Amino acid sequence: MGTIIIYAIVAMAVAGLVLSLILYFVAQKFKVTEDPRIDQVAEVLPGANCGGCGFAGCRALAEAIVKAGDMEGKACPVGGAPVMAKVGEIMGLAATETEPMVAVVRCNGGKCNTNQKVIYDGVTDCMSANQNFSSEGGCAFGCLGLGTCASVCKFDALHINPETKLPEVDEDKCVACGACVKACPRKVIELRKKGKNNRRVFVSCVNKEKGAAAKKNCDVACIGCGKCEKECPFGAITIENNLSYIDFNKCKSCRKCVALCPTGAIHAINFPPAKPKTETTIAQQPSPTPQQTTTVATDTTTVKTEQ
Amino acid sequence: MTTFRKGGVHPEENKLAKDCKIEIMPLTKKAVVFVSQHIGAPATCVVQKDDKVKVGTLLSKAEAFICANVHSPYSGTVTKVDVATDFNGFKKPAIYIDVEGDEWEDGIDTSEAIVKEIKLDSKQIIDRMKDRGIVGLGGAAFPTNVKYMIPEGKKAEFLLINGVECEPYLTSDNRIMIENTEEIFIGIEIMKKALNMNNAIIGIEKNKPEAIRIMTEMSKNYSGTKVVPLEMKYPQGAEKQLINALTGREVPSGKLPIEVGCVVDNVATALAIYYAVQKNRPLIDNVLTFTGKSVTNQKNLLVRVGTPLQEIIDYCGGLPSDTGKLISGGPMMGKAIMDTSAPTVKTTSSILVMSEKEAKRNPQTACIRCGKCVSACPMGLEPLLLATLCEQKRWEEAEKECVMDCIECGCCLFTCPANRPLLDLIRVGKNQVGAIRRARSQK
Amino acid sequence: MALLTVSGSPHVHSTMTTQKIMWGVVIALLPAFLVAIYFFGIPALMVTLVSVASCMFFEWLIGKYLLKTPNTVTDGSAVITGMLLAFNLPSSVPLWMVIIGALVAMGVGKMTFGGLGKNPFNPALVGRVFMFLSFPTAVALSEWPMPNPLFASSVTDALTGSTTLSLIAHGGELPPISDLLLGATGGSFGEISAIAILLGGIYMLCRKIITWHIPVAFLGSALIFAGILWLIDPTQFVNPLYHLLAGGMMLGAVFMATDMVTSPVTHKGQLIFGAGCGILTIIFRCFGPMPEGVSFAILIMNAVTPLINKFVKTDKFGYKK
Repeated sequence: MGTIIIYAIVAMAVAGLVLSLILYFVAQKFKVTEDPRIDQVAEVLPGANCGGCGFAGCRALAEAIVKAGDMEGKACPVGGAPVMAKVGEIMGLAATETEPMVAVVRCNGGKCNTNQKVIYDGVTDCMSANQNFSSEGGCAFGCLGLGTCASVCKFDALHINPETKLPEVDEDKCVACGACVKACPRKVIELRKKGKNNRRVFVSCVNKEKGAAAKKNCDVACIGCGKCEKECPFGAITIENNLSYIDFNKCKSCRKCVALCPTGAIHAINFPPAKPKTETTIAQQPSPTPQQTTTVATDTTTVKTEQ
Repeated sequence: MTTFRKGGVHPEENKLAKDCKIEIMPLTKKAVVFVSQHIGAPATCVVQKDDKVKVGTLLSKAEAFICANVHSPYSGTVTKVDVATDFNGFKKPAIYIDVEGDEWEDGIDTSEAIVKEIKLDSKQIIDRMKDRGIVGLGGAAFPTNVKYMIPEGKKAEFLLINGVECEPYLTSDNRIMIENTEEIFIGIEIMKKALNMNNAIIGIEKNKPEAIRIMTEMSKNYSGTKVVPLEMKYPQGAEKQLINALTGREVPSGKLPIEVGCVVDNVATALAIYYAVQKNRPLIDNVLTFTGKSVTNQKNLLVRVGTPLQEIIDYCGGLPSDTGKLISGGPMMGKAIMDTSAPTVKTTSSILVMSEKEAKRNPQTACIRCGKCVSACPMGLEPLLLATLCEQKRWEEAEKECVMDCIECGCCLFTCPANRPLLDLIRVGKNQVGAIRRARSQK
Repeated sequence: MALLTVSGSPHVHSTMTTQKIMWGVVIALLPAFLVAIYFFGIPALMVTLVSVASCMFFEWLIGKYLLKTPNTVTDGSAVITGMLLAFNLPSSVPLWMVIIGALVAMGVGKMTFGGLGKNPFNPALVGRVFMFLSFPTAVALSEWPMPNPLFASSVTDALTGSTTLSLIAHGGELPPISDLLLGATGGSFGEISAIAILLGGIYMLCRKIITWHIPVAFLGSALIFAGILWLIDPTQFVNPLYHLLAGGMMLGAVFMATDMVTSPVTHKGQLIFGAGCGILTIIFRCFGPMPEGVSFAILIMNAVTPLINKFVKTDKFGYKK
């Protein structure tokens, strides 16, 4: 009996020793030396692996920053300045300032403003639909409404409104990672500056057809009439290919163009609905739905009368 | 029986219009001709508003290597050069013509007489193909002259003529083989001369006994050209599958048929080449099948390019009341028509009418990994795996699983008992992987 | 006229659906079922009905209240599982055990993984192996009920006896081959008649529900392997034909191993899968402690299937060297 116990102990000890030696040598052989700062940087990044920075994930960004030793062109759009400041601390570098951005849907031609011409019977994916036809409403430029942008959003900030069949951005959740911009086959979504008090003016249309052709398919299309371009005191508006575009770096949010637009394609959002006095408090903004066009109209009139 | 090596399906043939003689469609009054009607670099428009054109006047010019001319199918006045909607609803540059009479350019032989003697030499033939805007009429619309310029170090050993018409419903190739037999054979002689070859093989599926009989009869007059009846199996008419069926060779992945010494052209292209070379006639019309199970007036129509689809539909007596879907091309690879105001192009081979019941896809259920799509895939891919990878946007893995080899024949989706939209997903993957590859090669 | 529909190609579809495949398998199982009723009477009928009903019930219950997925009971896959589970049991098994077996088959074997198409193991075999290990006295009998034809003029002498497989394992006089073909032998009531099962198999081949690869590889490899053993030592190992026809070999090769969800997708993979099943079965039968090994062999190969799918690829067109 005693010998069995001794044998067992010896056998276990020898086996343990041999195995631990094997483990040791294998670990030595395959050892990967890594800059400890990669872990530290990855730690402060949000960890959502959204790919918004242009790298495969948060760790890939961390590796790129540490390996390059600088932060030029490598920034986390999700964490923004606070996170990059922390990364800068670890790296001993000064973080570059970036202005907060937000995803903006530049199409308002959903179910309410277009006439359905065909029925799409296929995969609920815009990329797939884009290979088969223009859109149920007939516009070959605008939103297909199948929600590929919403499906790629890792922050739950994009949802398709079941009534309008248009995506709506939840500005509190949107971190401007740009995943939706990449996913949209029609390039309807754009990252624009969040703007002062979240107020923005933009053209909610991407149709490059001539006015009549664009209007034929959609009530709220930009017809490229050029009224806004002439009116803008800051030279922020340009018309190219029958389509107006507002440069968010030049726009001062005066909203003169909004009232002028004959089709209501220019949207001004997050401006206070009533009197200009309440301008300091940020109003609960309605998302760019068709109903919103009316509120836009009313608040621009108030601006006009004030002038 | 001769057929290709692997995969394939056999859908219901429904060749309903196979006995309908080719009719000539009356000229339209207002034609719309797209500036580019081929794959490759876009052509440049050479006419302006108010220009007078005749049939055969050059409308847009090929300036790149892989590019094709477009000639006016009508005489009349150009009213505008603008964009027009194609049948998918997308805008493309187009020339609008108000048709007046039917006056042809000088130098085009419009007589019915068959010209047998081939006067041009090889180089002149290829130049003529380019000049007359000949493109492959099998569906891809690849400029034909490019195929005949054999690259250095390669040798054409086989000239294969595609009379397979494996798509259900379509009957236009069948009809021209029966009605324009002699012209097709002269066209093949021209092709042989262009390639300095003595033999050619015509592949025809055996569900077209009349065409096989007439073509075999005619082949006795043309030494070196033989007709091979083929087993009925879709997609036999696909280039790579036809080469495999007729020669046993396999075109390597990502390569062109000339890699294995083959040049493949459709019978309709052979006919177009005949007209171009012997009669100096540009490619301005083609035979189109108007068919469908609920269509009472099945027709094979000779239609000029640029005729609005709606006019063809009206000429054939309108659409049945239960129409749910219109398809340009066959039911396996054709595209659904969204807008009937769109005009025809060089490769429009049919208008297929499907009833509402046929139009809708069946509800999708869970994949049971039955492997039917794997057995059906003529390229030996695993569609169920590819579709899953594409659905999850795992493009790199999809590329490793050879997603780019997919020829989009639709066998996988056709055969799937769970109705998974396999091909829809794979098509997205091909698109994405293609973009990734282009980005990579630019780096 | 209504609006036109747009979708990607192809615009036509074969008439085959998952439902048709599943009900086709059910039809193919009927000959074996009828033979079972002929030889074992009402108890066989009862076990099958209870098994099928409880499988369908559990699928519906779990689908509705736990997974909250659309109802899939009508697609017929639960019916197949129920029938196969029953066919693997002796007719004398208590019905409450069948219900528990069905619960394990559907609950653990299938619905845990998300329902049809997602289960790695054949659910009927999961249920059968569970019962085999939990209720050995009721399922893995040493004395099996013997067939007693419904219309036989005389009642056979013994009501219970040994199965052919236990005779092979423990020695004894083997029944004639013809009994094994027709089904006049002891054993799980669905697997007794090789002819009835083959009839179902031929039906499935004609309907293109299964391909020949798995059954042929399964039976072929078993025949060859058992044949080699027999040639080496005919006194210790039995004639390979007995291996082929006795026990669950036929049922396993035609109905269980060919389950689409749990077998490889490529033909090459299917051949490997079938061969693996055949060889493992013979190993278990000849060298294992138990007379039967088909269930375990198939379950083990089920586990290998993802690996086969990953590494055994089709030969792609245009890659010929």
